[in-house]
Amino acid sequence: MSEEKKLLLGNEAFARGAWEAGVKVSSAYPGTPSTEVSEALATYDDVYCEWAPNEKVATEVAIGASLSGVRALSTMKHVGLNVASDPLYSVVYTGVNAGLVLLVADDPGLYSSQNEQDTRMVARAAHVPVLEPSDSQEAKDMMIRAYELSEEYDTPVIVRSTTRLSHSQGQVTLKPRQVPEDKPYVTDIRKNVMVPANSALKHPLVVAREAKMAEDGSTMSDLNRMELRDPSIGFITSGIPYQYIREALPEASILKLGLVNPLPRALIEEFSAKVAQLYIFEELDPVIEEQVKSWGIKCIGKDLFPRVGEYSANLLREKILGQTIEARPQAQIPARPPILCPGCPHRAVFTVMKQLKLHAAGDIGCYTLGAAAPLNVIETTICMGASLGTLYGMEKAHGPEYIKNWVAVIGDSTFLHTGINSLMNMVYNGSTGTVVILDNSITAMTGHQQNPSTGKTLMGTPAPQISIKKLCEAMGVKHVTEIYSFDLKDLKKLLKQEVERDELSVIIAQSQCVLLKDNPPIRHQYKVKADECTKCGACMRPGCPALTYDEDGKTKINDTMCNGCGLCFRLCGFKAIKMVDSVVEVI
Amino acid sequence: METYNIVIVGVGGQGTLLTSRILGHLALAKGYDVKLSEVHGMAQRGGSVITFVRFGDEVAEPIVEAGQADLLIAFERLEAVRYKNLLKPNGLVIMNDERIDPMPVVIRQAEYPEDQVAQLEQEVDVVRINAREEARKLENLRVFNTIILGAASRIMPFTEEEWEAAIRETVPPKTVDINLAAFRKGREFRREAKVANPQ
Repeated sequence: MSEEKKLLLGNEAFARGAWEAGVKVSSAYPGTPSTEVSEALATYDDVYCEWAPNEKVATEVAIGASLSGVRALSTMKHVGLNVASDPLYSVVYTGVNAGLVLLVADDPGLYSSQNEQDTRMVARAAHVPVLEPSDSQEAKDMMIRAYELSEEYDTPVIVRSTTRLSHSQGQVTLKPRQVPEDKPYVTDIRKNVMVPANSALKHPLVVAREAKMAEDGSTMSDLNRMELRDPSIGFITSGIPYQYIREALPEASILKLGLVNPLPRALIEEFSAKVAQLYIFEELDPVIEEQVKSWGIKCIGKDLFPRVGEYSANLLREKILGQTIEARPQAQIPARPPILCPGCPHRAVFTVMKQLKLHAAGDIGCYTLGAAAPLNVIETTICMGASLGTLYGMEKAHGPEYIKNWVAVIGDSTFLHTGINSLMNMVYNGSTGTVVILDNSITAMTGHQQNPSTGKTLMGTPAPQISIKKLCEAMGVKHVTEIYSFDLKDLKKLLKQEVERDELSVIIAQSQCVLLKDNPPIRHQYKVKADECTKCGACMRPGCPALTYDEDGKTKINDTMCNGCGLCFRLCGFKAIKMVDSVVEVI
Repeated sequence: METYNIVIVGVGGQGTLLTSRILGHLALAKGYDVKLSEVHGMAQRGGSVITFVRFGDEVAEPIVEAGQADLLIAFERLEAVRYKNLLKPNGLVIMNDERIDPMPVVIRQAEYPEDQVAQLEQEVDVVRINAREEARKLENLRVFNTIILGAASRIMPFTEEEWEAAIRETVPPKTVDINLAAFRKGREFRREAKVANPQ
C-alpha cells in the first residue's frame, strides 16, 4: 500500500491512530474539544464506537473490553476525566490485558469549558502515564505508541491533547490497520479484584512501574527528543508550545517531551547540563517545572510565563527576545459573545422564567447561555448535573419557602449524564423543588451527538429511546409534565403552579434543537407590519439575534437569520407580527 | 516560500470552517506544508469565530498571531475590525459587506461601530463585497462565503484550475455546481491585486 498523506484535524488523527493500532471498542461522552475523536473513529470499519451516558460509564466499558483482551479507547474532555477518575485511579492498580488508552483533551484558553484544569496533575495523582503530541502526525503516532506502552507496562495510558491541537489540521501519513490477536481472558483475582488485600499488593507495583518507566523514558527517543542547537538557550517543552518555540526561536535547543508523566529524569539532567540557560515552557500548571526544580536543576518557568491561558510565539518574542510586537492596536468595539441561536427553544423557556422573575440553578449545555443578558435567568453553573443538587442544597439550608422562586434547569443529555443521580436524591430526601428539563432531542452544544433519549446510536443505528418522563415517574416524582417549549401561556401557568407546589416536580420542556438537520419542525416565516408596531419592545426582550430595529425604531426581522420559531409572534400583544404562509428552510 | 498567513473571521454559523478547509486542501495539493486552526463548540453559537490557515515550506505553529496576517477574510464588517491587529502592515482585507448585530447592540447596550469600519478602510486595503446580495442573485444564500473566497483567490499563488479542483473535492457533492458558480462570481471582484503576489 502506497503512503497516502492527508490533512487531518488533531482529533481525526487520534482516531486514525486508534484505528491503525487495532482498537476494537471505543466508548465516550462528547465534550469539546474531544468530541470529533469518537465521531471520526465511528466512520472506520471494524471498530465498535458508542456514546455512553457519561465518562465514568465509558471508561468502565473500555476497561471491560481491555480485560477481555481487545484494545480499547475512551475519549473525553479534561473535566470528563474527573467523572471518569473513580475507575481510573483503580484500573491503574489492576493494569490491563490488551491496551487501554484514555484520550483526554484540555482547554487552555477556556474556549469551551467551565475550568482550565491540567490533566497532567490528575495523571500524577493517579500515577498514570501521559503522552503528549505536538501536531496531527504525532497525534496519530503517539496513539499507536500508547497502546504498546499500555501493554508493555501493564497500565492504562492517557494521551493528552489541548484545544489547539485537537482543532488544528496538519499533514498525516496514513498507514494500514494492524490488529493484534485478541488476548485470552485469564481469571486472576489478585490482579483484577481491588479489595484491600489485593490493592495492598498492587500499590508498590504501581510505584515501581512508574519509577521504571521514568528510567526507561530517557531512552525512548521516538517520544523524547533532544534537539541541540544554540547551547546558550534551552527549552524543555511538550505539546503545542513546542511549535511556538520553533516559530519564535528556531535556533534554540529543545528537549521535546512526548512522555510527560513520568518525566525521564536522566534525559532532563543530561539536557540541562548542555544548555546555559534553561526554560520550561508548558501551558497551565508548572508540572514539569516543579519536578525539575525539585531535582536541584536551575530553570525559569512560571516566573516568566503565565499559568493561565494559551501560549504563543509572540509571548516568547516578548519575554525572551524583548521584542515589541508591531501590530495595529486592538479595536475597542462591542464584544460578540456566544448566544442562543435564532429559533432556539431554550430562549422561549427562559423568556417565560424571566417574566415570572424566577431564578435558576443552571447546568452545562447551550442553555448555560441563559445566564447572559438579556435573559439573565441562570445564576449558577458548576459542572455536568450540578443544577439539581445546587437547588436542593439551598432548600435544605433554608427550607422549602426559600426556593419558591427558583428552578433547576438541565438539558436532556446532561440529565442522563449525571443529573439523574441528584433527582434520585431529591426524591429520596424529600425535596419540594422544581426541575425543568430542556429536552431538545440531542446533545446540542458539542455539535449534535446522540444520547440515550434520542433513539439513535453513534454508529447511526436505531436504539431504544429512554423516556425521560417515565424515568422520572419511575423514581417516584409524582408531578411530571411534558410541554411544548413555545407554548408560552401554558408553560407560564405550569411553572407558576409547580414552583408553588409543596412537592417535587419535573417539567420537561420539549422542542427540537433548531439546527437539527433530520426532521426539522415545520416553521413559518414572519413579517412585521410596521404600521401596527407600537415599539413596545416586548418582542425584543428575549434578545433574538434575528430581530433588529428599522429607521423608525420599529422591529424588523432579518429573514436570512430568522429560523421561524414564532417566539416574537407569540409575544406581540398588538398582533403586529404576521405569519407569512410559507415554510422557511432552517439554516 | 515564506509562510503565507490567512485569517478567516466571522460570526458562528457563517461557514468559516468550510472556507479554511478548501484553502488547506488547495495548499496541500500544491505540495506546501499546511496547518489550519479552527474554533468549535461553545464559541460557534453566534459568537465571534476565527480560523487560521498557514502554508509554506515548513509551518510550525497552527495559529496566526498579532501583526502576521497577509490576508484577513471577514464575513462580517465588525469582525474585520475586531481582528485588524492580526494584519501585517501591508496586509489585505476581503470583507463581506454584511452587518450582524452582536448581542450588546441587539439589546441597545452598545452602538454598532460603523465609524470604525470606515476607519479600517482608511488604514488598510479593504475589498468590500456585498456577497449576500450576490448570493441572492445565484439563488443560494449559503454560498456567499464561496463568493468571498473567489475574490480572495485573486491574490493567492494558485491557478483557477487548482482552486476549482479544491472546491470540487471539499464541498458537499450536491453543492459543487453552485459553489463553482459562486467562486467564479467572486473572482470578478478583483481583477488586479494591490498587494504583491506572495510567490
